[in-house]
Amino acid sequence: MNSGLKGLLRGELTSWVGAAASIAVVLFVLMVLAGAPFGEALSGFVDGAFGGRRFSYLLTTLSRTALIVGMAISVMLSFRAGLFNIGGEGQLVAGGLVAALVAIMLPGPPLVVLFLSIFAAMAAGALWALLSGVLQLYLGVPLLVGSLLLNYPIRYIGSYLVAHPFRDVQSGMVQSHLVPQATWLPYFPGTRLDIGILFIAVASVFAIIYSHTTVHGYHARLNGLSPDFARAVGLPVNKLALQTLAMSGAIAGLVGAIAVFGIHHRYIDGMLVQPLYAWTGIIAVLLVGMIPWLVPLSGFFFAAIQTGAAGMERTADVPKEIALVMQAVIILFVASRVSGALLASSGRKASGGGDA
Amino acid sequence: MLELLFDSSFAASVPRFVTPILLAALGGALCERAGVFNIALEGFMLTGAFAAVLGAYFSGSPYLGALAAMLAGIAMGLVFAEFNLRRGGDPIVVSIAVNILAAGLTAFLLRAIFHVTGAFNDPAIAGFEPVHIPLVASIPYVGRLLSGQSILFYVAIIAVPALHVFFARHRLGLRMRAAGENPAALEAGGVSPSRVQLWALIGCGAFCGLAGAQLSIANVNLFVENMSAGRGWIAVVAVLLSRGRPLPLFLIAVVFGMVDSLSFRVQGFGLPQQFTDMMPYLATLVVLVGLSWWRRRQSV
Repeated sequence: MNSGLKGLLRGELTSWVGAAASIAVVLFVLMVLAGAPFGEALSGFVDGAFGGRRFSYLLTTLSRTALIVGMAISVMLSFRAGLFNIGGEGQLVAGGLVAALVAIMLPGPPLVVLFLSIFAAMAAGALWALLSGVLQLYLGVPLLVGSLLLNYPIRYIGSYLVAHPFRDVQSGMVQSHLVPQATWLPYFPGTRLDIGILFIAVASVFAIIYSHTTVHGYHARLNGLSPDFARAVGLPVNKLALQTLAMSGAIAGLVGAIAVFGIHHRYIDGMLVQPLYAWTGIIAVLLVGMIPWLVPLSGFFFAAIQTGAAGMERTADVPKEIALVMQAVIILFVASRVSGALLASSGRKASGGGDA
Repeated sequence: MLELLFDSSFAASVPRFVTPILLAALGGALCERAGVFNIALEGFMLTGAFAAVLGAYFSGSPYLGALAAMLAGIAMGLVFAEFNLRRGGDPIVVSIAVNILAAGLTAFLLRAIFHVTGAFNDPAIAGFEPVHIPLVASIPYVGRLLSGQSILFYVAIIAVPALHVFFARHRLGLRMRAAGENPAALEAGGVSPSRVQLWALIGCGAFCGLAGAQLSIANVNLFVENMSAGRGWIAVVAVLLSRGRPLPLFLIAVVFGMVDSLSFRVQGFGLPQQFTDMMPYLATLVVLVGLSWWRRRQSV
């Protein structure tokens, strides 16, 4: 396939066509299984992803895009530094939980409360990520396993806190009280899209600039490309790893806070876990081979699949879980061309390194 | 308090928790030894759990349910093989995709076939009856541990030495180890490593399918979305710790299963469910830390 650009392109093209055809077949089978009318399902999908009254569904897609992109940038920082951190979900939950609880308990002017809550959420996400780093570097638990296992305790801690001490009992649901209304993120004028997307955009741009233009970011990426070289030239590899993990965690924590102040206005059990934001973020960054400026596109793509599926469920009664199937199949088809060596080496290092 | 915790009904419950982790980990051991980095055990297992309910519901037989679970697990193994072995996809990426695929597909089919969300619970789901072993059942304590379990428990127990012998003596088992340790040598010997790895994935799918069947038609008679709840990941840890060796793997699975069972039992003592739910994961981390510390001491 490497015999010249032309051959490469031709190979790419046929494989993309093959992938698209396979995905179409899978979709077709699933739709038949669900007994869905095709026309309605399709229009439901398009409406759910891009339409709605005054484009309300499109705005939902955009707000979901922001969360996915935030999680994608968070894991990208880790991946590029050779850290296979798949604990984004735990860091996200830690952020959302802490944001909601701080905002509920802390008295003060709304703007101060909002910013302190966001700051606390970022700290919580960073701490949770650091925990997996400490487990790998000092206690011999591979990051791949440690970061994944840490997703579960925080989920249950959150579930406990909003099921017992901080539960909004009157609502009858497992959820916290609402955060003060004055701390809710405002909508863009004339829309129902909250400004959380701006926070995430700023954080993402900052993270990308850091990673690509600063010496520190360069060292972190160097450590990912060749840990042995980084060590040999005397870089503080452990410190770099912990700092990178903390940044990843802080961004994930920020995303959790945005979900609280922009969308749900409280912490609901499972609200950050069930939509698989963290896993979607991982596949969004893998889909574009970890090229930062393409991440918003892949994030929007996956967000549209999810909101489109929700639209299909409304109009044609197709279970919206079809979105997960579509995402998984797409990732399977691009698995051989995503990010290649970097990811592979980091993954093996993380999994094989610790059990030695 | 301790006597209450470790009474004979604790003994009776341990195999229920050990079996799914052990079966999935045995499947993972095949991949580990054959050099396939498979961390999709969670997805394989969840698919098996769903297929078991599907098969047991429509056929009225738990055995056909277990068969359906194995076939579904194998199907996932084939998906893994297609995208990892044949198309050369990164194994971690393929694993993540397979786990998402399993979560999505089972939830989708739950609604498309049974028209319910969240859980499917129907008396028509034929579950496994406990197997009572005549003489053993009357031994105090041990009797409740060894007798009255689902048939899958005995399958798992027999599979441990069987897999040990398989790796040590059987031609395919030896080839799997060669594929894992030195694929070039295997290739030079005229055997395709990826063909051998395909068999490892098929075996892994079958084992994980049975692990899922234990969850959905032996421990209970119902399917709940995401009912594997991280046990596949704990099986992955057991595989990594034991490096795919069946006997150490058995011991690790027993420890994890006991913690799982213990955390289920302390719920009866008034500890909130959420705390007992997180115990298996914390215990897994503690075991990982302890083992790494012990290994470092050994090597000094």
